[in-house]
Amino acid sequence: MSLGPETSLHDESTPTADAAQERDTSEKAIAGRSLKQIAWRRLKKDRVAVGGGIVILVLIAIAILAPLLIKLLGHPFDEYHNDKIDPTLSLPLGKLGGISKDFLLGVEPVNGRDIFSRIVYGAQTTLTVAFLSAFLSTILGVLFGMSAGFLGGWVDSVISRIMDFLLAFPQLLFSIALVSVLPQSMLGFNTRWSRTIVLIVVIGFFGWPYIGRIVRGQTLSLREREFVEASRSLGARSPRILFREMLPNLAAPILVYTTLIIPTNILTEAALSFLGVGIPPPYPSWGGMLSDALQFYRYDPMFMIIPGAMIFITVLAFNLFGDGLRDALDPKAR
Amino acid sequence: MVAYLIRRLINAVVTLLVVTLVTFGVFFLVPKATGSDPALLYIGKQADPVAVEGIRTKLGLNDPIIVQYWKFLKGIVAGRDYANGPDITHCSAPCLGYTFKTNQEVWPILIHALPVTVSLAIGAAIIWVLMGVIFGVISALRRGSIWDRSVMTIALAGVSLPIYFTGLLALTIFVYGLEWLPNADYTPFFDNPVKWFTGLLMPWVTLAFLFAATYARLTRANMLETLGEDYIRTARAKGLKERTVIGKHGLRSGLTPLVTVFGLDLGALLGGAILTEAVFNLRGLGYWALNGIRTNDLPTILGVTLFAAFFIVIMNLIVDLLYGVIDPRVRLG
Repeated sequence: MSLGPETSLHDESTPTADAAQERDTSEKAIAGRSLKQIAWRRLKKDRVAVGGGIVILVLIAIAILAPLLIKLLGHPFDEYHNDKIDPTLSLPLGKLGGISKDFLLGVEPVNGRDIFSRIVYGAQTTLTVAFLSAFLSTILGVLFGMSAGFLGGWVDSVISRIMDFLLAFPQLLFSIALVSVLPQSMLGFNTRWSRTIVLIVVIGFFGWPYIGRIVRGQTLSLREREFVEASRSLGARSPRILFREMLPNLAAPILVYTTLIIPTNILTEAALSFLGVGIPPPYPSWGGMLSDALQFYRYDPMFMIIPGAMIFITVLAFNLFGDGLRDALDPKAR
Repeated sequence: MVAYLIRRLINAVVTLLVVTLVTFGVFFLVPKATGSDPALLYIGKQADPVAVEGIRTKLGLNDPIIVQYWKFLKGIVAGRDYANGPDITHCSAPCLGYTFKTNQEVWPILIHALPVTVSLAIGAAIIWVLMGVIFGVISALRRGSIWDRSVMTIALAGVSLPIYFTGLLALTIFVYGLEWLPNADYTPFFDNPVKWFTGLLMPWVTLAFLFAATYARLTRANMLETLGEDYIRTARAKGLKERTVIGKHGLRSGLTPLVTVFGLDLGALLGGAILTEAVFNLRGLGYWALNGIRTNDLPTILGVTLFAAFFIVIMNLIVDLLYGVIDPRVRLG
């Protein structure tokens, strides 16, 4: 993807997170604590990660409480306020893009829509798409990654080939093209939510090989471990070994990579909306707002800075939290 | 080695075939499902049925998908004729067809756009590799210092910033605010190298900043891992100078993993830096891709996808071959 920087998932943390092994060594030092407890303790001490986590929680709260927040502090997101606009320049009246007590983040040029409301609703879209597509990638990645690693043989070669192929695919280009040809509304949802679903599916689908590769590698090494052999010799069948013995040991890397794929998804969603194939107008999205700002940023920079800063803060918060989580679950990465 | 090369080349061709087939399939089937007709796109909405049918015959839109795909492939290798009775248009190889809306040949458009994207990608790549590696290595060597912490903070911010935001910020500050730089613009290198440079400077720096952040983080992590290896301790124990230890033993294996990432990134970028080109209004492959997508122009979309996949596949191949040279543990064969 030409998104480039945001694909920072590239083996940056060389997934040495062989969770079971980590647990063995740390258990010698602190007897009787589970990996969960140890990680939680470490995470709590990591102030930067906690900060990121708090920002994420605030954003989630904003997204959930959006209708209430707008009733109290804003105006409907598609309501025009022509009285706030300079009729000759079509720019917001007042300083900093018309920021006032009434309009906390100012108004849009031309039609004077409340930027605060649009940001709040944009948070809903962004977080929904980012979380659900990460969830989809994780499910697919775990499913295919574990099958490839556990079954081996031709299943492994087919799945590995598909993953290599998808990773060597012009993904952004294809996502744009795919999203743009799919119908605007379907399955009885309105345009906003059917587009959201399309975005989730497309972003989630292209994300699974990143997780799949890691899960496959971990499964390959876990398969040869004694506890799996022990379980097998006790007569356990494959499903039990997969889900009861191996999956818990994969939980740590899966959790870390799911967290780290979320910021990538946020950037992809914003990029698609920026290019005009994401959430359709008049429904708000941060990327779409930046795209609207293209015409006006020279004269009304706040209109561009506010959604851009929101994307930045959100992605940064997820990156900080994800890094902290990785460090907490995998002390070797430090 | 030769056998390996042949196998890889076959592999590359197969990948390209699959990419085009998938693209072809999706853009062939989806308009059918949604009820839009490529022939109408080509000729306009109010055309009379006879003309539409003529276009359909001429473009071969009535053929089964597999025949259409075959003709598309044949066009690339040997050229093709579009014929509707006496009305014949010849499109010489390599033929990617004609744009639906403007009825131009796709191949020359893309070839014309290629230097823009290549200039953008290569220039940015040089900056980001230099910056990323230098900053990353120094950070790794001075782990925990103020330098390390500030570089890593900036890098973390860098990986969290999208280009469509930093690009606009850069334009606001450096072009319209301080007026330090001219607006981004592409001038062919051989027309005026100075203008080529100044016009691309801002897109380069903006794009490179984001990648440099990723590379600095990667380099630091890899270097730290390498510097913790036993053989580095051995090298030090032998009494080698610190410069030799880092320069000869550390960098080589610390930077090897970067080659893979670099190949993928550059390959992806060469196929069209869609976002960068959109922000700075540069007419490279990404611009045409977006243009094609917005106007539902299948031949353009197919052409750009093919170019993009080609670059990714080629860069992958180069990386794998390079690996055999820089990493003695890897044997090709």
